[in-house]
Amino acid sequence: MTDIFVAIFSLSGAIFILFASIGLIRMPDAYLRISVTTKAATLGIGLLLLAATIHFQDFSITTRVFAIILFILLTAPISAHLIGRASYFSGVKLWKHSIMNDLEGKYDKVTQELKSEDVEELKKRKKKEKELIKKKPLK
Amino acid sequence: MTLHEFIFYIVIPILSISMLLILWRFLKGPSIVDRIIALDLIITIGIGFIAGYSILTNRPSFLDVAMILALIAFLGTVAFSYYIQKRNKK
Repeated sequence: MTDIFVAIFSLSGAIFILFASIGLIRMPDAYLRISVTTKAATLGIGLLLLAATIHFQDFSITTRVFAIILFILLTAPISAHLIGRASYFSGVKLWKHSIMNDLEGKYDKVTQELKSEDVEELKKRKKKEKELIKKKPLK
Repeated sequence: MTLHEFIFYIVIPILSISMLLILWRFLKGPSIVDRIIALDLIITIGIGFIAGYSILTNRPSFLDVAMILALIAFLGTVAFSYYIQKRNKK
């Protein structure tokens, strides 16, 4: 009975990992690749490790495996976010058909600053203020 | 079909095929970011290999290696992203 459960869990884990690797090849863009691999590979590894716990049925091994699963669940989103952030700032381009880019124009590549306002608009507003000051000097 | 045959003939070959596909992306990858993602996924699949192999050989002590490998994968990814961000600063 336990063998059947081990077989089901390990096979589904392996298939999820295969989906992740196919997605890594087929996706057109670095950001889409990050989003595919984080989710599918984390689920696949979790299922494979669960198969190991079911097979051994020992308390010390179960705690060890759950520590590994918890660690992977904690660190996979963090590393994906870090790589996505670094790749956006280093100028990796988005796919030509992607619709949303919320950070467009909010990141200054020269000073490496991220602002909540539009950088270009901010520069224009500062120019206007300077011109106004030139025209009407304050007392 | 026993469990050992199942894991030996089905699960581990699927993992090997996915490893080969990722290796292709690792060699081809247009930017350095793709290569880092592929490296991260290769180490993650290594953890899966270790889990399958510990079932196959009935030796649970291999799972300690899996824990350390998970730690190293996270540290490596963080270090690479930090390096990419610092590299562009002039």
